Amino acid sequence: MKRIIIATVQDRGGVLNRITGMLNRRQFNIESISVGASDVRGISKMTFVVEVSDKQKLEQLTKQLNKQIDVIKVLDVTDKAIVTRELALVKVVATNQTRAEIMTLISAFRADVIDISKDSLTIQVTGKPEKVDALISLLRPYGIKDLTKTGLTAFPRGYQPEQGFSELNSISAHG
Amino acid sequence: MKVNANQEVEVKSNLVTGSDLLVQALEKAGVEVVFGYPGGAVLPIYDALHRNDTSFKHVLSRHEQGSIHAAEGYARVSGKPGVVIATSGPGATNLITGITDAMMDSIPLVVFTGQVAEQVIGTDAFQEADMIGITTPVTKYNYQVNNIADLPRIVNEAFHIATTGRPGPVVIDIPKSISETVTINDYEDDFYLPGYQPTVYPNPMQISKITDVLSKAERPVLLAGAGILLSGATEELKQFVNNWEIPVVTTLLGLGSYPGGDNLSLGMGGMHGTYTANTAIYESDLLINIGARFDDRLTGNLQHFAPKAKVAHIDIDPAEIGKNVKTAIPIVADAKQALNVLLQQEVNRGDYTKWLDKLKSNQKKYPLWYDRGDDPISPQWLIEQIHEKSNGEAVVTTDVGQHQMWAAQFYPFKNPDNWVTSGGLGTMGFGFPAAIGAQIAKPDHLVISLVGDGGFQMTLQELAILKSQNLPVKVVILNNDALGMVRQWQETFYEKRYSHSLFSENPDFVKLAESYGIKGMRVSDEKDVPGALEEAFSHDGPVVIDCRIDRETCVYPMIAPGKGMHEMIGVTK
Repeated sequence: MKRIIIATVQDRGGVLNRITGMLNRRQFNIESISVGASDVRGISKMTFVVEVSDKQKLEQLTKQLNKQIDVIKVLDVTDKAIVTRELALVKVVATNQTRAEIMTLISAFRADVIDISKDSLTIQVTGKPEKVDALISLLRPYGIKDLTKTGLTAFPRGYQPEQGFSELNSISAHG
Repeated sequence: MKVNANQEVEVKSNLVTGSDLLVQALEKAGVEVVFGYPGGAVLPIYDALHRNDTSFKHVLSRHEQGSIHAAEGYARVSGKPGVVIATSGPGATNLITGITDAMMDSIPLVVFTGQVAEQVIGTDAFQEADMIGITTPVTKYNYQVNNIADLPRIVNEAFHIATTGRPGPVVIDIPKSISETVTINDYEDDFYLPGYQPTVYPNPMQISKITDVLSKAERPVLLAGAGILLSGATEELKQFVNNWEIPVVTTLLGLGSYPGGDNLSLGMGGMHGTYTANTAIYESDLLINIGARFDDRLTGNLQHFAPKAKVAHIDIDPAEIGKNVKTAIPIVADAKQALNVLLQQEVNRGDYTKWLDKLKSNQKKYPLWYDRGDDPISPQWLIEQIHEKSNGEAVVTTDVGQHQMWAAQFYPFKNPDNWVTSGGLGTMGFGFPAAIGAQIAKPDHLVISLVGDGGFQMTLQELAILKSQNLPVKVVILNNDALGMVRQWQETFYEKRYSHSLFSENPDFVKLAESYGIKGMRVSDEKDVPGALEEAFSHDGPVVIDCRIDRETCVYPMIAPGKGMHEMIGVTK
């Protein structure tokens, strides 16, 4: 099962290496990691998307993360109401014939063209992973020259209803 | 002019080097002894040791591995953190085995490694090794000092991290440019560790769940691990066990946490544990684990581990609970604190009479056994003799292999903190240097280092320390001219293809000891053993005894790899 986990960490030297090394050594399967500063100086946030086989393995994962001296808090947000976003940059082949067509197509995804050259367009798309992936698969027939994704970053929503959101999120977490 | 000159002297006296700050921090931490080896990148530190009249002593080894195992032995016996200093590059990498060993067996160490100067870090400079990268997976935490102002705080944090919660090794990597920098002497050392707050006190609700199930259980077993020893909870355990009359199985590292040979002690569990201990776990309907981590050498095949039991697990490390064995009652706490709360509960035990009777009869029917030879010596009998001649009160250190298992089986420990062995990592070469540290921790105690001829040859250069420090360690070599455990597995599982496990050339260990100025003895006949042991144990100084033991003897009983606890082989003759 796919889980989204947010770790709040102390921003000390080698902290990313420490955590990814531990996850790798203990054979956890990481799909994506995104790391960034938080609102507090010296504190960073890491968002992991991991694939774990069962609940016991998931428990081990959060415990091992918590055990790291630099980790202040670990939150499995998969079952919470959350907002998730990732960003992708796609360089796609564009000729005079296809350029307009591509630009129309991406507008439905509220994606932006951020660079144009003689034979290509670079598109920036932000959103939930399935939206990003849908756009990528639409662009594929034109010929993708280059592609990069930031990985998922997530927040629990300000309002948490009583009911769990696991089903909803398990769909949205599919990348 | 005169006034100015005086002022200058005053200002200078307030200046110190990074190394002086380190020495001060070690003194403040209450360090008694440092195990180390000098080299280029730690020259400023060694100069500070020389210049300052330190309140701790420094023990010079002959190889960094000797330093760190000695520090482990010291920590294990004294309950205080072991401190090590080594130089950058090869000095530091020579420590890796000991650091990993301490990580696996929860031994508190603070390890200082030299590093090349900051200006050349990352340039593959002479004797540069990325110690942070190398030690991250095998330390509880590690630091590189990049700002001299941080040094006192880092040392303070390191001792705190190493000794609290689940103990473990902390590495501090100090670039030469930091240790030789001249600086003022007024830095704060208050620590700041928002992500590190080990849970010490148990949830009382969970504790009462244990006593609830205990009162309903028919076949309870208590598994006592090293956590009991690390938290100093042997008295509490004894009281709890006796109040409830629960039979106790001890792990390899937990030997001594409950008196071996006591009425309720079933001995050690696991691969070479007693039949009674292993079947007790297999048959139990309630297994209370205090301070053990369900290591695979204990559990055997997990499918057959305590299949009928409800499992309660008390551990200070939450990540150990539920890692290998499904746990019904998880309790995160220090063993001593948990036992204290358990002792406050009303004792309302179930009827265990039938269960205790069955275990008693198992103990009678299936005791540990061995074959007696006279020449060469039967190793198990030798351990029994050592037990007798030391009144069962010696500090015993071992390496890894057959002799380690025989010691665990045939030297029942009545007291805590007398047993020093490498469990998790299974480090050959551990036992002898560990005995050096143990003897330094307990200068007046009889310390016996049981080693094989294989493991001893990995770290025997430390005989030089015995001589230089005049430490009366008694080294007993169980010499079968073989890597006994490897040989045993090849006999049992590889159709007697003894691939590189038999030694054709061993040194003359007696002459070897004598060349270090140490008394050497050899016994090959059983009738000479009692006298030789008496002579050695009463000798006022170190002794090396080369005991010629039988090469063919195997360690039994045994749970073969992949098998369950109920499938022991070699239970009877």
